Amino acid sequence: MKNTVILGAMTVAGLVAGTAHADTLGDVTDRGSLNCGVTTGLVGFAAPDANGVWTGFDVGVCRAVAAAVLGDSNAVNFVPTTGQTRFTALASGEIDMLARNTTWTFSRDTDLAFEFVGVNYYDGQGFMIPSELGVSSAKELDGATVCIQTGTTTELNLADFFRTNNISYEPVPIETNAEAQQQYLAGACDVYTTDASGLAATRATFENPGDHVLLPEIISKEPLGPLVRHGDNEWGDIVRWTLNALISAEELGVTSANVGELAGAAGDNPEINRLLGTEGELGSYIGLDADWAARAIGVGGNYGELFEDNIGENTPIGLARGLNAQWTDGGLLYSPPFR
Amino acid sequence: MSSMTEPPKQSFRLSQLIYDTRYRSMTIQVIAAILIALGFAWLLNNTIQNLEALGKDFRFGFLNNQAGYDINQRLIDYNSQSTHLRAAIVGMLNTLLVAVLGCITATILGVFAGVLRLSKNWVVSNLMAIYVEGFRNVPLLLWIILIFAVMTESMPQPRDFRGDEPVASMALGDSVAVTNRGIYIPRLGFENSLGASGAEHQAAVDAAVADGTEVPPPPSSWADWLVLAGVLGASIFAARVVTKRADVTQQATGIRPTTWYIRLGLIVIPTAIALFALGATIVQPYLKGFNFTEGVHLRNSLIALWFALSLYTGAFIAEIVRAGIMAVSKGQSEAAFALGMRPNWTMNLIILPQAMRVIIPPLISQYLNLTKNSSLAIAVGYMDVRATLGGITINQTGRELEGMLLMALFYLVLSLLISGAMNVYNASTKLEER
Ligand SMILES: N[C@@H](CCC(=O)N[C@@H](CS)C(=O)NCC(=O)O)C(=O)O
Repeated sequence: MKNTVILGAMTVAGLVAGTAHADTLGDVTDRGSLNCGVTTGLVGFAAPDANGVWTGFDVGVCRAVAAAVLGDSNAVNFVPTTGQTRFTALASGEIDMLARNTTWTFSRDTDLAFEFVGVNYYDGQGFMIPSELGVSSAKELDGATVCIQTGTTTELNLADFFRTNNISYEPVPIETNAEAQQQYLAGACDVYTTDASGLAATRATFENPGDHVLLPEIISKEPLGPLVRHGDNEWGDIVRWTLNALISAEELGVTSANVGELAGAAGDNPEINRLLGTEGELGSYIGLDADWAARAIGVGGNYGELFEDNIGENTPIGLARGLNAQWTDGGLLYSPPFR
Repeated sequence: MSSMTEPPKQSFRLSQLIYDTRYRSMTIQVIAAILIALGFAWLLNNTIQNLEALGKDFRFGFLNNQAGYDINQRLIDYNSQSTHLRAAIVGMLNTLLVAVLGCITATILGVFAGVLRLSKNWVVSNLMAIYVEGFRNVPLLLWIILIFAVMTESMPQPRDFRGDEPVASMALGDSVAVTNRGIYIPRLGFENSLGASGAEHQAAVDAAVADGTEVPPPPSSWADWLVLAGVLGASIFAARVVTKRADVTQQATGIRPTTWYIRLGLIVIPTAIALFALGATIVQPYLKGFNFTEGVHLRNSLIALWFALSLYTGAFIAEIVRAGIMAVSKGQSEAAFALGMRPNWTMNLIILPQAMRVIIPPLISQYLNLTKNSSLAIAVGYMDVRATLGGITINQTGRELEGMLLMALFYLVLSLLISGAMNVYNASTKLEER
């Protein structure tokens, strides 16, 4: 009799547990909000503004997905994650997607069982150092104390860089960008190293940004992109094609200003029509309605608008498009066709 | 009593399981056991199911993979190409280091503060009360962060020591540098270091002399320290034998032979010879490039964690010591005074040995607390086992469950070892009842 009770309980438990991670889209719609993992605060990419509203380039991706899926760009719970906590948060289901300048690497994609849905910023690791130290190359950093965020690719690239150049360094491991900034400004480390975009964003918040230089070396490839868990391909498709919709929209000239008009009725460009749902039924293939992409683009505009508003040359962060220009402009952004 | 009648034998009814006091406790225990077993079965099953749903398995093979990251404080050889297992061991040793240092200083602080809090001097006893209450009642994390922040924000940078009129200068005859990256103190180096490091050093010195470059400072290896510790241990043992013999003589003749110079000689001379043979020299830290090099680098993270743990736990130990002393009956000290003993003799020879019996059991749990609290290292980036195995390794390999289980096992074993050792000590000090 004892055994039957235990077996019975185990089957019940099994049923409960088995359904835990099956249907992210269903979970999100039932909940009515999207749990999106972001940084603990990196101005331009993801940080709460003066009113406590999260804004930034990565935040824009979260909001676009929420708009596509739920029709409300504000239905997002932003979950701040550190370099170390982000993967556990995603794997455990605490967040539905992660948009936190995370580098797409082989082991994260396979061994850690995540699925990178694309790249929203092509980056590389750089070094920032006070100009008064007179250092002009990262190869002159022998013996320097270096601040790094733990649980990042930064940490691994740094070890490789110093080892292959046969120079030594003293790592100071740090949890968040804010802490790193404080340690660096207090002079507890000589150098701060992370993704070049992150360095630019951090430097923009300094009192005297001009006192600090970025060294010319970019020591790694850091394709940053949003990711989801392995094993829920439907949800992965939604996030992937929302990102692609933002990128295609820029290529096709769909902006936040004209998306309403273009989505109102079918126009001459068939790809725009398919993207905005005035022709065909692409939305239904990913379990959404016809307007999904129009809503996503309506939030913060297309990829180019998101870039210019948050991190572009007219913002304090002042990043040039560079590699992140459309392929038609000599960059690497290339969305597969909407067809 | 014997006239009590046996209750009539009646057949067993199911309701007796609940209403009959003879069976009730049994029933409750069986039900509780089933519930607990079910709970565990559910947890286990849930874990297996969820791992399966995530497409993850449960293996420890990742420990043999290359770690890829560097660790700043290493007690054993380690580089970014070592394995995750070695990184975990480096972290464990760092945890042990701060735990041992912390327990030692916390005990010293606690005993002093506990004894002084009972002082008749109003100022002293109140100062100690402020210390105890101040540290006991503020979360440990705040103390760790406060000490760390003070170190990084208000100490000079290494480059401030440079130039003709430096902003900062080294302390204690240019031997100690207090910087915002930690404190650099001199270390012992051995010209004739044992093992591989000695030969390497000799080769490096020869090369430097040939090239006319700066001669590298002498190294120190584990072997050197082991030899020194061995010599010192043997000397102390010999000195003890001399004391024992003096005791015997005193018992037999009533006259205690003077032995202090023999004992002093036994301890000092062999150690001095060993130091000389190894070619011991003091290596001072000096400024080179971005940082100080040489000497021992006590990083801010270690200092903040060590001091905060010591001060915090010391406050609790002070209360334990005070309670232990107060538990010794007043008659004991009155009797000691009546025999003409001075107060510090009374404390050392009469009160403390008896108070120990009361002090040690709660002291064990303070040591355990300190050891486990050392995982607050996360706040200041001290590379303990939580930071290596439980932090970066988990993050790079995605092996949360395995990593956390190993870490829990480490803390469990460590705690059991500490309490085991302390229990042995407790058994040796406890009152022998006859
Ligand atoms: N791309 C690297 C590093 C990502 C990273 O940690 N970036 C920093 C600076 S660019 C960050 O976002 N920090 C924000 C925070 O501390 O929450 C990775 O994926 O491992």
